[in-house]
Amino acid sequence: MTTAVELRGVVVRYGAVTAVRGVSLAVERGAIHAVVGENGAGKSTLMRALYGLVPLAAGEVRVKGEPMARPSPEAAIARGVGMVHQHFLLAEALTVAENVVLGREPRRRGLLDVAGAEAEVGALAEEHGLAVDPAAPVGALSVGERQRVEILKALYRGADVLILDEPTAVLSPPEVDDLFAMLRAHRDRGGTVILVTHKLDEVMAISERVTVLRRGEVVGDLPTRDATPEAIVRLMVGRDLAGPPERGAGPMGDVRLSVEGLTVRGSLDRVSLEVRGGEILGVAGVEGNGQTELCEAITGLRRADAGIVRLDGADVTRASPARRRALGLGHVPEDRHRRGLLLDLSLAENLLLGRLDEYTRFASILDRRRLAADAARLLERFDVRPADPAAPARSLSGGNQQKVVLARELSLRPRVLLAAQPTRGVDVGAIERIHAELDGVRRRGAGVLLISAELDELLALADRVAVLYRGRIVATLPRAEADRERLGGLMTGATAQQAAVQP
Amino acid sequence: MSRTRIGRIGDGSRKLDSGSRFEISRSVPVLLPPALALLVALAAASLLVVAYGQSPLHVYRLFLDGTWGNAYGIGQVLFKATPLVFTGLSVALAFHAGLFNVGAEGQLTLGAFATGLVGAALPPATPAAIALPLAVGAGFCAGAAAGAVPGALKAWRGAHEVIVTIMLNFVILAELSDLGKRFYDRESVHTAHVVAGATLARAGAFFPSLRGSALSGAALLAAATAIAVWWLLQRTAAGFRLRAVGLGAEAAATAGISVARQTVIAMALAGGVAGLVGANAVLGYKGYYEEGFAGGVGFMGIAVALLGRNHPGGIVAAALLFGTLSQGGLAINAVVPKEIVEVLQAVIILAVAVSSATVRRQAAQLATGARA
Repeated sequence: MTTAVELRGVVVRYGAVTAVRGVSLAVERGAIHAVVGENGAGKSTLMRALYGLVPLAAGEVRVKGEPMARPSPEAAIARGVGMVHQHFLLAEALTVAENVVLGREPRRRGLLDVAGAEAEVGALAEEHGLAVDPAAPVGALSVGERQRVEILKALYRGADVLILDEPTAVLSPPEVDDLFAMLRAHRDRGGTVILVTHKLDEVMAISERVTVLRRGEVVGDLPTRDATPEAIVRLMVGRDLAGPPERGAGPMGDVRLSVEGLTVRGSLDRVSLEVRGGEILGVAGVEGNGQTELCEAITGLRRADAGIVRLDGADVTRASPARRRALGLGHVPEDRHRRGLLLDLSLAENLLLGRLDEYTRFASILDRRRLAADAARLLERFDVRPADPAAPARSLSGGNQQKVVLARELSLRPRVLLAAQPTRGVDVGAIERIHAELDGVRRRGAGVLLISAELDELLALADRVAVLYRGRIVATLPRAEADRERLGGLMTGATAQQAAVQP
Repeated sequence: MSRTRIGRIGDGSRKLDSGSRFEISRSVPVLLPPALALLVALAAASLLVVAYGQSPLHVYRLFLDGTWGNAYGIGQVLFKATPLVFTGLSVALAFHAGLFNVGAEGQLTLGAFATGLVGAALPPATPAAIALPLAVGAGFCAGAAAGAVPGALKAWRGAHEVIVTIMLNFVILAELSDLGKRFYDRESVHTAHVVAGATLARAGAFFPSLRGSALSGAALLAAATAIAVWWLLQRTAAGFRLRAVGLGAEAAATAGISVARQTVIAMALAGGVAGLVGANAVLGYKGYYEEGFAGGVGFMGIAVALLGRNHPGGIVAAALLFGTLSQGGLAINAVVPKEIVEVLQAVIILAVAVSSATVRRQAAQLATGARA
């Protein structure tokens, strides 16, 4: 076997920070190679370096045996390397075919040959088992379909080496199966896949070889058949994980949050649920089935068209977000970059967000000294790295950013915590910590509404799991009756009719 | 909350700011663009001067002598910088809340009109301690009202503030020119003279060498306003709310900050600060409100805020630069057309707009050790 891609002693620096420290890595042709590591371990940076998106401070990238003199995306594409980004770069108003051929349009008499493009893209999609309509506008596609368009873009440009950065983070279980089938077919045809992920079951299921990064260095590189998930985690984190939090039977309290017939036109259809103190109610569902609207309607960021929201019995349906916060509603938003944090501000200022009144003295003057002291203590307690109140939020890894959001929301001592996708894009070490904190909130007697697309997370934490499908709660299962197959079926609408709908 | 998603002008340039805010040394990328802009502009102006058959060195000499070369020149520079500080701060305040205030011209005109009316309507014996705050306060309130209207339209009806503020400029100027007739002195386009207590002392009264200069206590008010704006933004909860909305309206809303309310507050404050211009022109210089006195100072505030990077200190510096250019234009008028200075101004603004992006990118590459 020959090498498809080889990195030799690659170093990448961002200013004073060295993100990748002398990584050497060889990816064989015709293999699926997994790159794993905690957030901030440098795996995305390494891939960006390989694809020519960030400059190398030292080292060399070789593609098919030849060194790349001046790494750039253009050069990478020319050598047959294609990258599928975590965040898709697609023009929504254009069709699938137009997006795919963009920049390399087939022309006829100087004009874009639309029919030709659609035929070509359609044939390519068929060949690779990527089910997507070339004539459909991208704006109308699901997340999974958009990902297929991104893959098609790479294939159209002749890529045989595909780099996929966290490709399954946004997919439903059946979509993951489809993606993996496609990747296996690509490999069997002699193609190469580099899969960046933090999900170990995926590593075990699909890869031939796995490279583990920690703090910018390779700490393990071995054939997958010689690896166990436990061993990989130990390499990633540098220690053993504690496992899911122990389930002490917390006191089941009064109803903290109740939602009745909540309706948002086009997104939510008469959703009713109750969260008691000392309970975690999970909401399962593939993204885009009304989770965002449910959060926004409960927190007051969006006006519901019908229905009632009660906090501790008080009707807050028309109350402002500030009022709901004052009544004890904590919120870990699903999009921490847009809703959770102000990335340009310091950690201290982000901890201040939503707690301004506590730090305001007369005449609106901020008590900056007390804020800095409290921020330092909070960052320390939540093990945020770096625990520097003056560090800009943007400079932190995803896991540490999420810990900052959680620290802020928990410091409000919420009576109800609404946590939406709290561990999305977060590394295993931070996931462990976030899960422990959520369970701590429950033990303290508060209610937790945990909205998640991760079944493992729901099964580990929730007392009951409600399934949201097309804006409706199609079932609410007690934990004992919830298992992956049953939830997976409900989430995709396959078994909606068979499940007993409980109040 | 669809209203909060309306595109916010200024987001683009802020993104340029944020990248280099921490990774590289702070001062270099912040100061390099204005310095480069000035150099480019000087080079362009030199070419023009040569084209007029004059020696650039001679012209620059005249320029410096007429501005920072003597006390009168300095006084005039400060006098001309004063309104620019107010309008620059006005634009910056709105900008920090993610809003683009193109209405400073109308706001300052309405404010100055109110200042003139109140200043003239007071009993002649009103002491300065009462007359000044009333006249200046009237300017602030009138400007704030003119700013609050586009703020409210944006907050509750989603009307883009750029369009509304531009249109409001026309409305205010036209209405005042009609309404003003009822208040103007006979056969003039200005209001009655303000009472003695409402006039701001000229600097010449304290420093004989500044005699003849229009510099007045308004310059001190401008400096104090710059400090107050900095303090508001950086040290108070009210300022934090404004900045939070500007940096991320959705995150601010999630944290319980009312974006609509902050939008109105920011625009009202911006209008109010613009309304302080009347202190300089009405109370410190002419003694009355005169139609058309603003002459584009409100629009220049946008350039001042851009050059000063929306920081109060930077705005004072930029206002001084533009004040110098404006005064220097008069000094060189005898040898070359003073319009050269306007070319200089325009080139500086263009160069800053272009260089702030490019310079920062290159500085960032140098810092990361790129070979490109």
